[in-house]
Amino acid sequence: MLIDPHAHMISRTTDDYQAMADAGVVALIEPAFWLGQPRTFVGTYVDYLSTIVGWERFRAGQFGIRHYCTIGLNSKEANNEELAEGVMEWLPRFALKEGVVAIGEIGYDEQTALEDKYFRLQLELAKELNLPVMVHTPHRDKKRGTSRSMDVCEEHGIDPGMVVIDHNNEETVAETLQRGFWAGFSIYPSTKMGNKRMVELLKQYGGERIIVDSACDWGISDCLGVAKTAQLALESGVSEETVRKVCYQNALDAYGQSGQMKEDDWLNPPAIDQRTLYEGNSILRGGREPHIETPGERRAKQLLIE
Amino acid sequence: MTDQPADLLQRWVTTQAGDAAPWVTDQLATLAQGAAERDLHIFLGLAPRKLGKSDLVLSPADRAAADAAHAGWEPQGWSIDGAARVLGLLRFKAQRPFAQVFKDLRRTADAGEMIALYRGLPLYPEPETLDFEVGEGLRSNLKPVFEAIAHRNPFPRDHFDQHRWNHMILKALFVGSDLGPITGLKDRANPELARILVDYAQERWAAGRPVSEELWIPVRPFADAPEIRSRLDRARAEGHLEEALQ
Repeated sequence: MLIDPHAHMISRTTDDYQAMADAGVVALIEPAFWLGQPRTFVGTYVDYLSTIVGWERFRAGQFGIRHYCTIGLNSKEANNEELAEGVMEWLPRFALKEGVVAIGEIGYDEQTALEDKYFRLQLELAKELNLPVMVHTPHRDKKRGTSRSMDVCEEHGIDPGMVVIDHNNEETVAETLQRGFWAGFSIYPSTKMGNKRMVELLKQYGGERIIVDSACDWGISDCLGVAKTAQLALESGVSEETVRKVCYQNALDAYGQSGQMKEDDWLNPPAIDQRTLYEGNSILRGGREPHIETPGERRAKQLLIE
Repeated sequence: MTDQPADLLQRWVTTQAGDAAPWVTDQLATLAQGAAERDLHIFLGLAPRKLGKSDLVLSPADRAAADAAHAGWEPQGWSIDGAARVLGLLRFKAQRPFAQVFKDLRRTADAGEMIALYRGLPLYPEPETLDFEVGEGLRSNLKPVFEAIAHRNPFPRDHFDQHRWNHMILKALFVGSDLGPITGLKDRANPELARILVDYAQERWAAGRPVSEELWIPVRPFADAPEIRSRLDRARAEGHLEEALQ
């Protein structure tokens, strides 16, 4: 069983859901994020949040995957003050929806004053609601931005055990772990982290508090990031226990602190969910070997459309 | 005197709530005293966290009481948190029209809330003001939300005009929902629906796809109407319709 704790499924196809289910993904977390195009109305942002707690959750359930999400105002759109003020008013309502496992992804992009303001306000909200936090660390000036993100969490009295610092790399991981935060790694081609590098990190650091995710979204990215990393790690001699931790258990432990994500959700779901929101993972129950293939192969193999 | 639906819901929910029963009772009292809408939001959000999501346990007597309290009301298949949510909404003393409160909740609802909100339809005040809200639910892409309105719910039978009724039946067939659980399926049969359904069956046969047996339930009463009969004769001539309408 695998968990992908960072996947923007609203931007992905049904082929991806199918592939993830086939590869053994039983649950995933969809962080509220930037859609690639800025929202210019508060209402469009609100409807987006409704979509990830509603329709997207249902869609995932049809493939036997349990869908959770995080709620937040991302760093890029925090720079539109009018939008940000409006969105902040709606966040408390969404933070208590079913399956919301954290406030996130929040943090810095360009490290502006407005980003700082809304990052802090949302940390306070997480504290008030006793929810974990998913922190997006910046692409540019990454090392300093990552340290600063952790400084600010500590300043607000947030327990590092409630915070996942995501998009780590070789340069940031030591400090993140040393300070007691969860260290997320996004297996995202070209920009963030490749799975071969990830395997080297696992050999060096082991599996404590390390979380692997795909961060798949509207860019060139791979929804099988977690599955491919797990496979490569096992083939490279990383222990099964470590792989299980970084590709399943740690994400469950970190985000399970919300009280909204439990193993029973996919192993023993409530009857009402089986009737309505979750089709169950027949592949998992049937004990078939998880397999990995690319979306291109899946499409090419099937000629008939019925 | 028969119980009101809200009284029944409160009895069922508190009986089943265990340790959370005092919390429910306390919250409902607050909501009934004209609390802020924020308190309603929090109650609705906390309901599954406090109560879990198990099925509402109902005896045959409970089901009979439901039907006596509101004709056609079938709460079997409701969950305890869903029942509590509907109950909270019924007890809430709103400062503005019910439909506005409902709209605001529906716009930001998660899937579980949406199902609960729509299952409660037959019990809400001012049903005639919920026309738009019901339309939004019927248009939902979430099959369980559509079914919260269409299945075991007397609201469509009691309040839909013919056009909306017919399109609900047709959508049920399109999304693969059973027609059997639709309250009033026979009572609301009409010639226009019969014609639409036979045309739909023709489309399915042409595409080589199966036709639900249930489709014929609302067609049967009009099988002898000239417009329907000619279509059925054609279907028989083409080798469809062996036993469906016998």
